[in-house]
Amino acid sequence: MAKVLVVTSGKGGVGKTTSTAALGAALAQTGKNVVVVDFDVGLRNLDLIMGAERRVVYDLINVVQGDAKLAQALIRDKRLETLFLLPASQTRDKDALTSEGVARVMAEMRERFDWVICDSPAGIERGAQLAMYHADTAVVVTNPEVSSVRDSDRIIGLLDSKTERAERGERISKHLLLTRYDPVRAARGDMLKTEDVLEILSIPLLGIIPESQDVLKASNLGSPVTLADPTSAPARAYMDAARRLLGETIDMSIPTDRKGLFGKLFGRRVA
Amino acid sequence: MSLFNLFRRRSTAPVARERLQILLAHERVAGSHSQLVAVLQEEILAVIAKHMQIDRDKVVVKLDRGTEVSTLEIDIEMPAQVRAPARA
Repeated sequence: MAKVLVVTSGKGGVGKTTSTAALGAALAQTGKNVVVVDFDVGLRNLDLIMGAERRVVYDLINVVQGDAKLAQALIRDKRLETLFLLPASQTRDKDALTSEGVARVMAEMRERFDWVICDSPAGIERGAQLAMYHADTAVVVTNPEVSSVRDSDRIIGLLDSKTERAERGERISKHLLLTRYDPVRAARGDMLKTEDVLEILSIPLLGIIPESQDVLKASNLGSPVTLADPTSAPARAYMDAARRLLGETIDMSIPTDRKGLFGKLFGRRVA
Repeated sequence: MSLFNLFRRRSTAPVARERLQILLAHERVAGSHSQLVAVLQEEILAVIAKHMQIDRDKVVVKLDRGTEVSTLEIDIEMPAQVRAPARA
């Protein structure tokens, strides 16, 4: 049974695309057939984060409008043969996506893949609503920061009212992915703690991704962080989150970077 | 900043948490209101449309929830030239 998962947040810049790529690669590493779909029409970036920007021929809009077949638009990852990307269009606007067309393509992807991961655009408008409409599961990406938490609360409201499942009176499962978390600042009282965010949003926790320079390094290289540096703290946190999505029970811990003497001496210089 | 403040650093996260709790408690209620209002507006429009033509923005639905009294205000501006359809 295929699962459609939307990675959403309301607010921009909190880590939706990073998380889509990292979770997609982590799930594909377990042998699942995974497609990551960029719904951010006009501002596509998932191709860049996945390192496939020069291999885009057709995109989601071409497939939705019937100008290309799904198989023609899918880009197979060079590192993982079970991982595919369906890029967004960079030149068209989001109005080129029709609800019926998206429904048809989603149904086709459900037949072909175990996981369909939709990277939502920021905001709460049509693009974000199309990305979430067919989802069975939602990952709400949130930073421990007031505006991000507020926007996540809005998105949770939309997930409960504007999705196909909600319209049918069914539940959509929602998970919180707390990103850019700094345990030291949280302990100092200068950043919302995990418990605070959980209490406010009251959805179950999927994982805590620590703030880390490895995320930027991975995106520089065009590789999901889970593939670029699998032993790094964010990669381990994303892999734990992916295993939780698969139903495993894993203790919630915040991985930290193991720093040697060199790292301790010089690690802070660029921060 | 006084010297006193320099030594007594207040943590900011509890402030963030409290502000969010107050704000979201308010926004969640407002959100469910606006949805109810939208549904009411659509259904009222549908009923009127059965009998006469009317501009969508001539029907205004307002919901005010107070602690003591709540009011539902429905303002329908009738078109001057159109009368109710003649009955058989």
